[in-house]
Amino acid sequence: MTVGLRETHDSALLHVTGQARYVDDIPAPAGCLHLAFGLSDIAHGRLLSLDLSDVRAAPGVVDVMAAGDLLRPADCSPSVHDEPLLCDGTIHYLGQPLFLVIATSHLAARRAAKLARAEVEAAPPLLTIDEALAADSRFEDGPRTWTKGDVSAALASAPRRLRGVLEMGGQEHFYLEGQAALALPGEGQMEVHSSTQHPSEIQHKVADALGLHMNDVRVVMRRMGGGFGGKESQGNALAIACAVAAERTGRACRMRYDRDDDMVITGKRHDFRIDYEVGFDDEGHLLAIDVTQYARCGWSQDLSLAVCDRAMLHADNAYLIPHMRITSHRLRTHTQSATAFRGFGGPQGMLGMERIIDHVAQELGRDPVEVRRLNFYAPAGTQAGQTTPYGMEVTDFPLHEMTDALLASSDYEARRAAIRDWNAGSPILKRGLAYAPVKFGISFTLTHLNQAGALVNVYRDGSILLNHGGTEMGQGLHRKVTQVAASRLGVPLSRVRISATDTTKVPNTSATAASSGADLNGMATQAACDTIRDRMAQRLAGLHQTTPDRVEFADGMVTVGGQELTWDAAVEACYLGRVSLSATGYYATPDLEWDRRRGQGRPFFYFSYGCAVTEVVLDTLTGENRILRADILHDCGSSLNPALDIGQIEGGYVQGAGWLTTEELVWDDKGRLRTHAPSTYKIPAVSDRPAVFNVRLWDAPNPSATIYRSKAVGEPPFMLGISVFLALGDACAACGPHFPDLQAPATPERVLQAVHRARGG
Amino acid sequence: MRLDGARAAVYAASTARLFGQQGNAAGFHMEIEFLLNGERVAARGPATRTLLDWLREERRLTGTKEGCNEGDCGACTVMVTDARGARALNACILFLPQLAGKAVRTVEGIASPEGDLHPVQQAMIDHHGSQCGFCTPGFVVAMAAAHLNGDRDHDTALAGNLCRCTGYAPIIRAAEAAALVPVPDWLRDEPFGEAPSGALGTPSGPGAGDMPPSEGWAGRREDAVDTAQTRVTGSGPVPDPTGTRGETTGGAVPAGTAKPAPIALPFPAPIPDGAAFLPDSADALAAWYAANPDATLVAGATDVGLWVTKGLRDLPKVAFLHRARDLARIETQGDRLRFGAGATMTEVLSAVAHRYPSWAALIRRYGSAQVRNAATIGGNIANGSPIGDNPPALIALGATLHLRKGDTRRDIPLEAFFLAYGKQDRQPGEFVEAVTIPAAAPAFRVYKLSKRFDQDISAVCGGFHVTIENGAVTAARIAFGGMAGVPKRASHVEAALLGQPWTAETIAAAMPAFAQDFTPLSDMRASATYRLEAAAGMLMRYHAELSGAVIDIRGITP
Repeated sequence: MTVGLRETHDSALLHVTGQARYVDDIPAPAGCLHLAFGLSDIAHGRLLSLDLSDVRAAPGVVDVMAAGDLLRPADCSPSVHDEPLLCDGTIHYLGQPLFLVIATSHLAARRAAKLARAEVEAAPPLLTIDEALAADSRFEDGPRTWTKGDVSAALASAPRRLRGVLEMGGQEHFYLEGQAALALPGEGQMEVHSSTQHPSEIQHKVADALGLHMNDVRVVMRRMGGGFGGKESQGNALAIACAVAAERTGRACRMRYDRDDDMVITGKRHDFRIDYEVGFDDEGHLLAIDVTQYARCGWSQDLSLAVCDRAMLHADNAYLIPHMRITSHRLRTHTQSATAFRGFGGPQGMLGMERIIDHVAQELGRDPVEVRRLNFYAPAGTQAGQTTPYGMEVTDFPLHEMTDALLASSDYEARRAAIRDWNAGSPILKRGLAYAPVKFGISFTLTHLNQAGALVNVYRDGSILLNHGGTEMGQGLHRKVTQVAASRLGVPLSRVRISATDTTKVPNTSATAASSGADLNGMATQAACDTIRDRMAQRLAGLHQTTPDRVEFADGMVTVGGQELTWDAAVEACYLGRVSLSATGYYATPDLEWDRRRGQGRPFFYFSYGCAVTEVVLDTLTGENRILRADILHDCGSSLNPALDIGQIEGGYVQGAGWLTTEELVWDDKGRLRTHAPSTYKIPAVSDRPAVFNVRLWDAPNPSATIYRSKAVGEPPFMLGISVFLALGDACAACGPHFPDLQAPATPERVLQAVHRARGG
Repeated sequence: MRLDGARAAVYAASTARLFGQQGNAAGFHMEIEFLLNGERVAARGPATRTLLDWLREERRLTGTKEGCNEGDCGACTVMVTDARGARALNACILFLPQLAGKAVRTVEGIASPEGDLHPVQQAMIDHHGSQCGFCTPGFVVAMAAAHLNGDRDHDTALAGNLCRCTGYAPIIRAAEAAALVPVPDWLRDEPFGEAPSGALGTPSGPGAGDMPPSEGWAGRREDAVDTAQTRVTGSGPVPDPTGTRGETTGGAVPAGTAKPAPIALPFPAPIPDGAAFLPDSADALAAWYAANPDATLVAGATDVGLWVTKGLRDLPKVAFLHRARDLARIETQGDRLRFGAGATMTEVLSAVAHRYPSWAALIRRYGSAQVRNAATIGGNIANGSPIGDNPPALIALGATLHLRKGDTRRDIPLEAFFLAYGKQDRQPGEFVEAVTIPAAAPAFRVYKLSKRFDQDISAVCGGFHVTIENGAVTAARIAFGGMAGVPKRASHVEAALLGQPWTAETIAAAMPAFAQDFTPLSDMRASATYRLEAAAGMLMRYHAELSGAVIDIRGITP
């Protein structure tokens, strides 16, 4: 059985030889046209008129479209129809597409897009959380609040109380492959190739923009050069633009954003401010927490409500808080529309909780690890009825054992003491050490999205073609799902080919998001394979005068009543016996019930867990810092593929570390994003990874009935990067007696400020 | 959706007319030849056509990826071999004329013609080094180039390749594994060499005075604070206007010799719009540039490349300097070390590795291997950026800048070159020929501060060179980048140190002088307050380092 083996990524050979084809690599028909958006250079106001004559006259330009040239209103929103493809008069942010250039080359389109003269009436933009609050500019009618227990009373009676504020920046996805799409018109239909995590959404939005039915639009997606949530909804504009331009010209149209345009146009992770008040006792038991999350959502709703919900759902992280109030403000600003990004609000909510614990620990002079363990949910089976602030029972909580194992393997106690001594003798450089746990809920919180389909075709030569609704963005989903298929059918991995995600093969798919790809599509694929296998077993049992339960499929052979035949021969026999060798499979996650307004129910099928210990060193003269070592223990259930899972963990950790250290988004007071290219926006480079990087899997089957008892792994490890931020805080705390109150991202500048605060400056 | 036959026909007609006018508006096309994955090919296009666009659009070699189009992500890395060896370069900011006579390998040419994988490719598969795969071709080529050169400092070799998926750990495992396997024979290219000096195109047309003004080598990007990389330009051979290909002539004439080499083509003479001039000596450049002061000088194109790919500018008249090898010489002259302006930062790094370990450590962080392989020290000075990393080091070292216009040369202290933001002491037609520094300065240190350790533009860069005799400061040269509109000496700080005992108290007493020297800006890299604090912190660090304290976080192991 191939499930559980360290198989390589399905495209590894294509990747290393340059043969792997991404959307912009697909050869286009002759005469294919290229598109570019002309962008707003103010953040808020009215577009009074657009003079596009110079654009039209520019070399290579075939046509230019403004909103009025669209045959129908074209909307790009994944949620509430509030994102016109081209500005309809109101300018919502700096970088908003105003018009669309259709030209004979990418370069010609980009050059021409600079030549428009827009007459605008500028209005003051709302750029910050405070500005939006003051203007009561928000999504939904007011803040959402979920409450468990009696928070006010518990706070009032707590022996100790603390208040604090933590600001945390957003994050640019920086998928290495920028957004891209290609539309091929023909016979009243439209075929779209889009670098998207959500082909069905593209299909839906393109059909809508063209006045077509969904069966007229086919969306194909072989692979993305990275997604991370940034291609869940942000590819809509390009696909729709290509489709409307292809409709208008009758020619193939393709579009890719230049990197700077990509960063200026598309949404990013939500930046948050978290205000907290915590009541606790002298030992560090958390008695009550009142936490308020302010999220800067940008100009359109996009996925912000669900993101903010998930931030609330992770405000407790791994801790049982008897009384907790979580309030969430979803603020509307004149900036890029913040969107999905790995963790989807979870990281922000979780970081708020971890900050509270560090604050309490410092106040009590205790090691934060002790305070963390003191407040963990109880181990499985020891405390019936323990619930999260949203009323979900926590039945599976392995973090006690995992933490013991990790602290031992990372030699935490000894290093803690050694670092204390080292710091005492080192006036300029200081080390820090921190442990952080992760408990992450798995399932889409919009319950109906928790479904998936697959299509499996077995051909007469025994080869197998697999399609499912998930998309490949690097995470190795296709490999995992082929491992499932090969295991169900008892064939070597080499017999299974997976092809591009295609809306004509599997309809009505959900985005490959929420870490759900393997959980959902693995199960759907299993169902399809089992259908075929059962049909074959039925037929073969009949041929060999036995019963289907005595037919076994393993290692490329089929054993029927004591006789062995090859898989290929079995397939041929079934074909000749007029057995259908094609099947669909379907899966819907069970046991979900969630009322997001009330904040009550069971939004998750299960939780994924992990923990990390990170050591850092910082320079107190400049705030420069570096990760020295990371030790991680992560729960993937029974891993479908340990190599791929470790890849997700290592990559997630470094990406999470980047969010909280070097990755800083800066807007100026006009609303212009000043960090719009890799020259100014710094994702981790190779030397930023931990010098010592120990990653291990916590090998225990998922108590919930997932595919082969595995656990989702896409997002949870991202939050292990929180340990880097906590370790930096610990190093700052070594500089003086005061709480350093480090803010995120911990750039050298913010670290130096925290050093000053620790010293009382 | 409706099919509109009539309208479609209109579009067909209009685009037919417009096809062929795309690309560089100057419209001038030239042809060069080079080896591409072992085969000799000819490339046609405007002088500022990038290799990346040509590979992807003309050759359909789509393995080379566009990640950022500005040389910061490495997804477009190619390997270029010439007489000086093989090196990794960013194809997105590499203009076709920089490649003539050289050998280019893309990811498609890293495996053998028979399909045998290169050791780095096999190791990347075995160690799960690719996830989404988009950065992988760039990594594979950068790794193959380092592997070929026996370079096992993987963190340095790969600092210019960004990966968003893996966290780099498996890639480094792959690089370490591949290092144990020999270099495959098929990877060793033999470039066929350079053509004689000349222009790309027939020299004719209007006088230089009719040309639109251009900023020249000393020019800088409009959005300087935002984007001006502290880098400029680099190396290679040339096209031949006549189609006859001669022997290499570049680098034959030492700088400063009286007699210029014979120049076959009628230079100095204007060249057509969109054409490029490729001098094979400093003399040839001097003569031509004096007559064409409106031209843009391109050495490695790591800065000018962005004028084209991001600024979308036309460069109507360009000289590529990479063939003038005499302009790239690094030599010791008595107690001075002289760097020809065309020396790449990679060459400068090897020249100073032992002599100036502190500067070498800075250069190791300057751009990336791909950028240093192209960028030149002259470009980094001449573009006048306030955040260039070499000027603070060079000024602290007491560097002399050598400028040349035609046959006239003048020497100035480097700090005098930077007059004001965007303004240098450089006359039209004048160019940076070299810079010289003392051959040794044991007390010299330079510190670079940026958000990210590698391949990031400095928020503050400080160079320190204090002379201490009998415990007192007898001379001080301290210079900063990122603190003013130009790289600038901290003269009040220097004054506060002079004559004082070299103690922590003296350093503390000098702190207020920073505010007299500098009123830095706040921008996306740092606030003004932090810049002042960090600059002061660097002086404290300098004192601590000379006193033997542990000051380098990179020296700490877990």
